[in-house]
Amino acid sequence: MKENPLNMQLDLDDFLPASDEEKENLVVMRDSVSFWKDGMRRLRKNKIAMVSLAVIVLIMICAFIVPSFYPYTYEEQIKGSENLAPMTYSAAELERKEAGEHVFPHILGTDKMGRDYAIRVMMGSRVSLIVGLVAAVIILVVGSVFGSIAAFCGGWVDILMMRVVDIIYTIPDVLLIVLLSFALKDPLERLSTVPGFGWIQILGRNLISIFIVFALLYWGGMARMVRSQILMLKESEYVTAARALGASAGRIIKKHLLTNCIGTLIVTTTLQIPSSIFTESFLSFLGLGVAVPMPSLGSLASDAINGLNTYPYLLFIPALLISLIILSFNLLGDGLRDAFDPKMKN
Amino acid sequence: MSDYLVSIEHERLSFFTPAGEVKALNDVTFHIKEGEVLGIVGESGSGKSVTAYSLMGLTAHPGKLLGGTLDFNGHRINDMTEKEMRKIRGKEVSIIFQDPMTSLNPVYTIGNQIREVLKLHTDKSKAEIQARAVELLELVGINEPQKRLKQYPHELSGGMRQRIMIAIALACEPKLLIADEPTTALDVTIQAQILELMMELKDKLGMAIMMITHDLGVVASMCDHIAVMYAGNIVEYGTTDDIFYRPKHEYTKGLIRSIPRMDSKEHERLVPIEGTPVDMLNPPKGCPFASRCDKCMKICLREKAPVMHFSDVHYSSCWMNQKAELEGGNK
Amino acid sequence: MAKYIAKRLGMAVVTIWLVATLTFFLMNLVPGGPFLSEKAVSPKALEALEAKYGLDKPLHEQYITYMKDALHGDFGDSLKQRGRTVSSIITSKFPVSAKIGGLAVLVAFFVGVPLGCVSALHRGKVTDNIIIVIATCGIAVPSFVICTLLMYTLGVKLGWLPTLGLGTWKHYIMPIIALAFYPTAYITRLMRSSMLDVLGQDYMRTSKAKGLSQFVCLFKHALRNAILPVVTYLGPLLAYTVSGSFIVEKIFSIPGLGREFISSITNRDYTVIMGTTIFLATLMVLMNVVVDIVYKLVDPRIKLK
Repeated sequence: MKENPLNMQLDLDDFLPASDEEKENLVVMRDSVSFWKDGMRRLRKNKIAMVSLAVIVLIMICAFIVPSFYPYTYEEQIKGSENLAPMTYSAAELERKEAGEHVFPHILGTDKMGRDYAIRVMMGSRVSLIVGLVAAVIILVVGSVFGSIAAFCGGWVDILMMRVVDIIYTIPDVLLIVLLSFALKDPLERLSTVPGFGWIQILGRNLISIFIVFALLYWGGMARMVRSQILMLKESEYVTAARALGASAGRIIKKHLLTNCIGTLIVTTTLQIPSSIFTESFLSFLGLGVAVPMPSLGSLASDAINGLNTYPYLLFIPALLISLIILSFNLLGDGLRDAFDPKMKN
Repeated sequence: MSDYLVSIEHERLSFFTPAGEVKALNDVTFHIKEGEVLGIVGESGSGKSVTAYSLMGLTAHPGKLLGGTLDFNGHRINDMTEKEMRKIRGKEVSIIFQDPMTSLNPVYTIGNQIREVLKLHTDKSKAEIQARAVELLELVGINEPQKRLKQYPHELSGGMRQRIMIAIALACEPKLLIADEPTTALDVTIQAQILELMMELKDKLGMAIMMITHDLGVVASMCDHIAVMYAGNIVEYGTTDDIFYRPKHEYTKGLIRSIPRMDSKEHERLVPIEGTPVDMLNPPKGCPFASRCDKCMKICLREKAPVMHFSDVHYSSCWMNQKAELEGGNK
Repeated sequence: MAKYIAKRLGMAVVTIWLVATLTFFLMNLVPGGPFLSEKAVSPKALEALEAKYGLDKPLHEQYITYMKDALHGDFGDSLKQRGRTVSSIITSKFPVSAKIGGLAVLVAFFVGVPLGCVSALHRGKVTDNIIIVIATCGIAVPSFVICTLLMYTLGVKLGWLPTLGLGTWKHYIMPIIALAFYPTAYITRLMRSSMLDVLGQDYMRTSKAKGLSQFVCLFKHALRNAILPVVTYLGPLLAYTVSGSFIVEKIFSIPGLGREFISSITNRDYTVIMGTTIFLATLMVLMNVVVDIVYKLVDPRIKLK
């Protein structure tokens, strides 16, 4: 069977056994990477998520840093500068300019009370971002504690706790916010006179009741998710295996449950931020949000509605910004999910 | 060529993933005659299933046929449109999948899913279709067929569902049945029953079977020919006897050493094949098995071994054969 | 099945009762009554008013009286709108909200589901990307922004559609678009991801291997499985939407239940708040029961216990 003429020209040396080192070189092992490293690598590759992150950082800089050295403040009412269009000056300001003084332009114009709109929008974003972030943390803590207790206890405790979540879902949130803000009026005002609690005055009791309502109402989804995740993991074979190998409860929680839940938790929390901002803007729009003169993006939009025909930009700017913030957080959340939670992909 | 039911020549197929080109099939050639049983053996990722799916035109999305010809029952699969392929699928060639638990649509009754394929490929009346569905269930050994037809997949056991899958596959009496690891997900006792059923039906209906498995034990009992695949190549092809008694490739030999035998002496250990499968993103330029082979030689690392024929049907590509040849010639 | 429904309804009654009780006591724990804000009410007149509505009795007595009446379908009279019962307010306002809300949910379903399917089928292609971008923006835009944008462009600038109130069919267009916007985007995303999930299932491979056309694979085998998450979402969505959106009703001046509810809250019209809350909770709970039953019809694997 000499159908291969090639083998006649072959060198005998080629048929000597290959050494182990030579064989080693062949095996191209791809580096095994840790969960975090792998996730970060995937996240960095995701252009949409990175752009969203950049947008969020930019908005945060504008909201938290820029106002501290901006020439106007959010409550300062400049007489004679009411309802200016973007990049225009009032007569008084033009005079000052003539006199050689430097007048910082009203980049986004002013509102009907003569307040610089750019700084109001920045402060509004600050309020919206704070609400989003604080609410997300509150929801994360309350929801995951509640959910994990329900999952670990199981039995009737679990059933009872989940019923509570169902009931909480059914109570109208606006009702609670209004009731709370009435109920908290006196205690909070008393508290705000106590040194160290002055910030309550600035935030306004509405905003504080919003936080409390978040802590009371909106963790239901998070709790359900954490519970189902833990129940699923509790049933999973590798946890059974770890238990069979004699791992302690603490080790199982730390090593298996936490590492497997954390991706989902990060993602859910990130996606919670835009939905909290959404709710805040909605409540501010109804006049149930932050206290005047403190603006939030929702209240700015709400105020601008009446002048919609003459000054549409007063509405469009906060509306656009709020959509941009929510969009960026949503896209970042999607990116995080793809990177850290491959189970939930697509 | 025309005496072959299936004839695959020099098939090359790659998946273009974001990480790069995965060369899933590298020059795969084999033939199946009518009524013959071919076993395709290999570990996960060796290209067994990809070969079968490409024959049905079911290659999944980033996959692309790059070369070679696929002929089946007088059709040139390469040139067929999706519409033409649909007429063959389920009628001339059928497939049963590995996991019967997930291969049936959970929201439709068994009857619905059997009748569907009959409605599509035959012009039988409603009553005839119903009668045929009952007949099919009886054929695959399911009791109370009338009742079963009204049940949903989740109400049946795994073995039952695989029987249903077989019934669906055989509904139009195909020329070729592709069985993609049909018993892997089943209990051992059920495995034997399903294999027995398949052989029985083969004799009854006279179809050819392409049996894909990673279990040499399965192919030994039922196949006429066996193709051993490794990293997208057929490394050895031959009759069942050739493969079991005269293996010519080190990988085949390794596979055989790793199956338990009834006649083994006491204390004789099974020999596993060490190492991990090759990275299909960066296939080695020499023999893909080289890094795991005990008898690996210098040339194995550099070049692919040429195909060497030992009989009309038995061939293999391993440098050890060349070595033997060379030493034989030198003597 | 009947037993299951009975059990679910029993649980629903308990839930509604708990919500009603909770609301009742929460509302009454808050300092200040409904008549405090009205100026120039003499202490005597206040007493008379409170006596008329039974607000002078101890809280638990008020509660028992209220619950008894509520069981008979009597939610009392409005404290602020003289001469109107709570039931008559709900029955006059709810149909308005329900009509707009119901239409909006229909729009969202029949636009969102096909868009999601198309997107999943063209995964990674231009069509998919366009749909994803629109849907992702859709869930990022608050409803008051949509409302005002619509009003500004279609109503004010172009003058195509009337902006306020409900008269002709033209009046319905903008509120429905505004209400349907978010759920449409949400359903599109939900449908896309569940469709992608289903398309990767083994039974889809089976249906293809049978030789079925793409149309049959998609509409018979994929759609029914992929639509399950949308069905789950549809229940609460329907309950929320038909009960009226405060924002949309406020901006477009629609006399619906949502606006009524908000003004009753700010006016502290206790009986209206209570009645509406119970009504909305009932709606919500019933919707969930309906969803569970529909789910059972679509997915035979679900066992109703």
